[in-house]
Amino acid sequence: MTTEKAIVVKNLSRHFGDFKAVDDISFEVHRGEIFGFLGPNGAGKSTTIRMLNGLLLPTSGEGRVGGFDIIRENARIKNHIGYMSQRFSLYEDLTAEENLTFFGGVYGLDPARLTGRITEVLILVGLEDRRHDLTRTLPLGLKQRLALASAIIHEPSILFLDEATSGVDPISRRNFWDLIYAMAQEGRTILVTTHYMEEAEFCDRLVLIYQGRIIAQGTPSELKGEVKETILALYPGNLDGALDLIKKLPQVAEAAVFGDGLHIATTRPEETEPAIQETLTAHHIACGRIERVRPSLEDAFISLVQRAEGKEAVSYQQSAIS
Amino acid sequence: MWRRIRHIIIKEFIQVFRDKKLRFFLIVPPLVQLLTYGYVVNFDIKHVAVAVFDESRTLESRQLIDRFTSTDWFNVKYYVKSQKELLHLVDRGDITLALWIQWDFATRMRQGKSGRLQVIVDATDSNAALIVSRYAGTVIADYNQLQLDRQLARQGQEWAGQSGTPLDIEPRAWFNSNLISRHSMVPGVIAMVVLLVSLMLTALSVVREKEIGTLEQILVTPIRPIELMLGKTIPFVIISLLEVAMVTALGILWFEVPFRGSFLVLLLGTMAFLFNSVGLGLLISTVSSTQQQAMMAGNLFLTPAILLSGLIFPIANMPVFFQYLTYLNPLMYFIIVTQGVFLKGAGLVLLWPQITAMTVLGIGMLGLAVARFKVHIA
Ligand SMILES: Nc1ncnc2c1ncn2[C@@H]1O[C@H](COP(=O)(O)OP(=O)(O)OP(=O)(O)O)[C@@H](O)[C@H]1O
Ligand SMILES: [Mg+2]
Repeated sequence: MTTEKAIVVKNLSRHFGDFKAVDDISFEVHRGEIFGFLGPNGAGKSTTIRMLNGLLLPTSGEGRVGGFDIIRENARIKNHIGYMSQRFSLYEDLTAEENLTFFGGVYGLDPARLTGRITEVLILVGLEDRRHDLTRTLPLGLKQRLALASAIIHEPSILFLDEATSGVDPISRRNFWDLIYAMAQEGRTILVTTHYMEEAEFCDRLVLIYQGRIIAQGTPSELKGEVKETILALYPGNLDGALDLIKKLPQVAEAAVFGDGLHIATTRPEETEPAIQETLTAHHIACGRIERVRPSLEDAFISLVQRAEGKEAVSYQQSAIS
Repeated sequence: MWRRIRHIIIKEFIQVFRDKKLRFFLIVPPLVQLLTYGYVVNFDIKHVAVAVFDESRTLESRQLIDRFTSTDWFNVKYYVKSQKELLHLVDRGDITLALWIQWDFATRMRQGKSGRLQVIVDATDSNAALIVSRYAGTVIADYNQLQLDRQLARQGQEWAGQSGTPLDIEPRAWFNSNLISRHSMVPGVIAMVVLLVSLMLTALSVVREKEIGTLEQILVTPIRPIELMLGKTIPFVIISLLEVAMVTALGILWFEVPFRGSFLVLLLGTMAFLFNSVGLGLLISTVSSTQQQAMMAGNLFLTPAILLSGLIFPIANMPVFFQYLTYLNPLMYFIIVTQGVFLKGAGLVLLWPQITAMTVLGIGMLGLAVARFKVHIA
């Protein structure tokens, strides 16, 4: 590899008709880093990955992956990357081993290396005792590990994992992340997209994507530091009822369910705490103790999205006036 | 390059042979088609009910009627006295064929003009009607020939003063003495089966991978479009050839269809045809995103291809526009090739125009498919 940066993206956009699925994003990923893409549904995470691995051409902007240009050297990138798409996409009617043989073969591995690699990756993902099982018969967690095995059969230096753990139980997810860590340890660069906040915490660095745009980037703690509001946590008797009431309070910037309690963002905590107690008591909902907590990544996410939406509203007004 | 292609081919074969539905699709429908066309759509006709209105009442007209009574094909059930009665019988569906020999039939013939004869066929079942009229045509042609021979003989005697027996030429449909019977159907079915199997397998196999997302997974590998295309078509070419072998064997062994030509010519013709059907299959896979769409698109081509092939409906009976259209139909050429190889023992000397036409059309089709495949899939 010729550069220290595994991925460099500059002003990348992809439009579908009038719709801007990815809108002028720029970021860099260092070698050996676990880099996270965090964003709600339809934010443009998959579209970005598809441009980086050569499945989709950008509308404008540029990017380099492993030192190769994503538009002009599109074909040369492919030997260096592995991709696990959002949908499970192995052959259900082939065995685990047959799937690996096929993909390894299509990557052009010679027979000796192929045999060796199949055993290696099967051991790595803990599937060597299921190698002759039809993929259809594997539970989802194992299927996803097999998909990972197939994505790394050719030892790529950069790995794209698009919601690799969606729909998998927490324990399998944990195991999966152990694998991701192990691969990062070997010096591979890993770009993951996720919905799960706790997974985002595992990333070295993150970008937050919202409506095709990057609204924040940094390490998880940097992102949490972006939160200007104070976060109040409380565990009221009636979650939904309390949430409705609290959202109506003028002092509250944002309120959301968090675990089995509520997280409330506010810039004026001294006024907000009594206001909450007052309105809940008035409606006969037990309030419990209100605590000030360190913002979680989810709080940061909500707050940053709020801020982005606010800006959007402002710029919209401006353009309406001018 | 070949290593990648080989891996795709192996994978396709594993999938085809592991898939119960597909195995069924490859064996049962072709057999059903063969049996249907061989038995049920049995175009050998027998004892078709005929009514005759003989207005002429002459030796000549009786000879013509005799021609009809003396074959197994027709059963002259009614002799009627008026046109009205004749039409009535047709209307009631009592008869399939009505012959009206007009009053000046013999007079005109003696004058060397053609005798007038009206043939009415019940066309409720247009397909059967077509066949019945063909058979009636044969009987009449046969009779014509006889009359002609006699006339020639008579003239010969008069002019040359020589005596000689009239040549007794028995007109027969060449190569296939029972006309359009199962003997010509079986080679036709082979052609249809090849079309169906190769077209559908190719189109569905690519589209299925689109549906389940594996195509995307293949496209992030360094595979080249041409490698993917070869990997995706070679297995179905091989399977189609196996189908040809299966149906041919059954046709020969079970239906006792003669195989007079060479297997090599049949193979060559099949390969030329496969360019077309596999190309079309690929083309369909570039425009469809679901298997259902691909099926529909496939059917859109299958039915016209069969109707315009001349297998069931003679091309000569089509409107002129459609007759020209058949020149663009590879199945038309392929059926000539299969029938030629089976029934006439035709070789390349006879069949090169058809094989060339299929190759040219096929290369065009494949070219189109490759171009679209590169843009829309890879
Ligand atoms: N081929 C396409 N044609 C039209 N619109 C598309 C196409 N692909 C994606 N989109 C749209 O672009 C937007 C971004 O999609 P994308 O799949 O990148 O989102 P995502 O962040 O991956 O979301 P998710 O979390 O749901 O996977 C969506 O609104 C989607 O409908
Ligand atoms: Mg996505």
